[in-house]
Amino acid sequence: MAGKMKLKNKDSSFWGEVAKEFKKNKGAMIGLVVFSLVIIAAILALFVLDYKTQITKLKLAEALQPASWKHLFGTDQFGRDIFYRILYGAHYSLLIGVCAVTISTVVGSVLGILAGYLGGIIENIIMRIMDILSPIPTVLLAITIAAAFGQSLTSLMIAVGVISVPSFARVARAAVMTVRDQEYIEAAKSQGASELQIIVSHVIPNSLPPIMVQATMRVASAIISASALSFLGLGVPAPNPEWGGMLSEGRNFISTNTNMTFFPGIAIMITVLSVNLIGDGVRDAMDPRLKR
Amino acid sequence: MDEKLLLDLKDLVVHYVTDSGTVYAVNGISLKLNQRHSVGLVGETGAGKTTTALAILNLVPEPAGVIKNGTIHVDGNNVLTMSEGELQKIRGKDVSMIFQDPMTALNPVFTVGEQIAESIRIHEKVSDKEAMRRAVEMLEIVGISASRANDYPHQLSGGMKQRVVIAIALACHAKLLIADEPTTALDVTIQAQVLELIRSYREKYDTAMILITHDLGIVAETCDEVAVMYAGNIVEYGTLEDVFNRTKHPYTEGLFNSLPNIIERRSKLTPIPGMVPDPTSLPEGCIFADRCSYATDACRRTAQEDKWLSDTHMVRCSRYQEPNFNVKRKIER
Repeated sequence: MAGKMKLKNKDSSFWGEVAKEFKKNKGAMIGLVVFSLVIIAAILALFVLDYKTQITKLKLAEALQPASWKHLFGTDQFGRDIFYRILYGAHYSLLIGVCAVTISTVVGSVLGILAGYLGGIIENIIMRIMDILSPIPTVLLAITIAAAFGQSLTSLMIAVGVISVPSFARVARAAVMTVRDQEYIEAAKSQGASELQIIVSHVIPNSLPPIMVQATMRVASAIISASALSFLGLGVPAPNPEWGGMLSEGRNFISTNTNMTFFPGIAIMITVLSVNLIGDGVRDAMDPRLKR
Repeated sequence: MDEKLLLDLKDLVVHYVTDSGTVYAVNGISLKLNQRHSVGLVGETGAGKTTTALAILNLVPEPAGVIKNGTIHVDGNNVLTMSEGELQKIRGKDVSMIFQDPMTALNPVFTVGEQIAESIRIHEKVSDKEAMRRAVEMLEIVGISASRANDYPHQLSGGMKQRVVIAIALACHAKLLIADEPTTALDVTIQAQVLELIRSYREKYDTAMILITHDLGIVAETCDEVAVMYAGNIVEYGTLEDVFNRTKHPYTEGLFNSLPNIIERRSKLTPIPGMVPDPTSLPEGCIFADRCSYATDACRRTAQEDKWLSDTHMVRCSRYQEPNFNVKRKIER
């Protein structure tokens, strides 16, 4: 009995509960498996495929071939293997998705937590800046950042990251404002805890769930934003096989050679869908109202 | 009276300034408490009991709450003029508070052991391991087995959570314990256990206590002195004997008369008529006059002053001076 109790206790921390709920969710688990496969493929591709010979080298003799055993997804107008290019391109989308969201989560949460906890003038200043930032169109901001820092993977990450800072700040602020007035904060104060101790050990851990849900959801939209910017020629520069860029190149051949647009599109869709499924799973697992 | 004065609260005035008007929460109360003694703060909701308690920790919620006047000396030092750093040193170490609702006073994402250890680490430079060892020890003192230290608050029952809250408050052996309705959220049997726990702990460590409650029974069991609060004033103050057996203020009388009668079970409760005055606009004369069956015109015109009947017994009512004036207690104790 005692042993059993111990075992039960181990799982019943908040995160243990969340993991349990998440595992119950079939869609989320499928998403997790697919997303893991995409990550593994992206990493393997970096090691197995040779950038110069297999990804960017022009072989005009083999241009615009249909799918075959030699070229699983066919070739593009320069004779490059679309399958290899998609595999190799996966890491751009993942990197941008993850890094951009990391940037916006960290920056947005810090701002939101400060605004929510301190209130007053600081809150007003931070949140009004967020209000100014949020209506700026993604593309416009990306053009500005690309112009300032040059067209590169880094500036794309920053552009996509900066765009979602306001939404993180809002979510974090709202979460902190509910936590701030809880009695255990007052109790911690009555025990002599300093403001910093309270923020670190009480406010942040308790405001984390909504921020984490937001982060997972935002990975998908960051991947889409990145692809969209590359499609417009503002993202990862050619000849690098960014999925959005590949779509853009392929649209001139959409009537004669659909492989060039179809497969990058599918790749984006599968990745984004799997991330969204994970995001839904995380949200459901953390929502106390859905607890059974 | 050779015991050391631990808490000396003088002329405390606390207002909450809001957009819809100023709430006169505490209007000039004075309170003294010696080491090892306990005082019960009794009164209706909104009488200013909790505000007084928070003021002792200088934790009146800002920016609305403003301490307008008064001094609060804890162990000789004025809490109201201390810097934030000095305050953090005495909070939890010298003065500790037990909160009313154990359901919300614990952080849901940490184990109860960690939460007790945290309050030890705030005040004492000890290793994490040592803090945890002492946390487990505290849990055992409050009657929770050591194996529950790794439990999260939601895995404990209400009574156990309140024990944990008490363990946190007592972890650093504070000299003054402020218990803000520590048993209100608990059922009666657990109430008795929790009170017994506090009592035995206080005996062991010579802790003074301010007990905030609206349960006169609890006061009778645990306190040495009683302060009856009404609309931000102490209307009657004295030893248990003074207030319970020589009741002088009509409001205290009303409180006693609204208790159920155990002997005559069919007798009706006698509530105090009317409502607590709106704390944004208190009446000009005696604050209790509107609900007082003894009130005279003079009562309504002039505010009452503290009148000391003896060294220990204070009442804020002028009518007791009249010959043949007695409040009518329903049950004779």
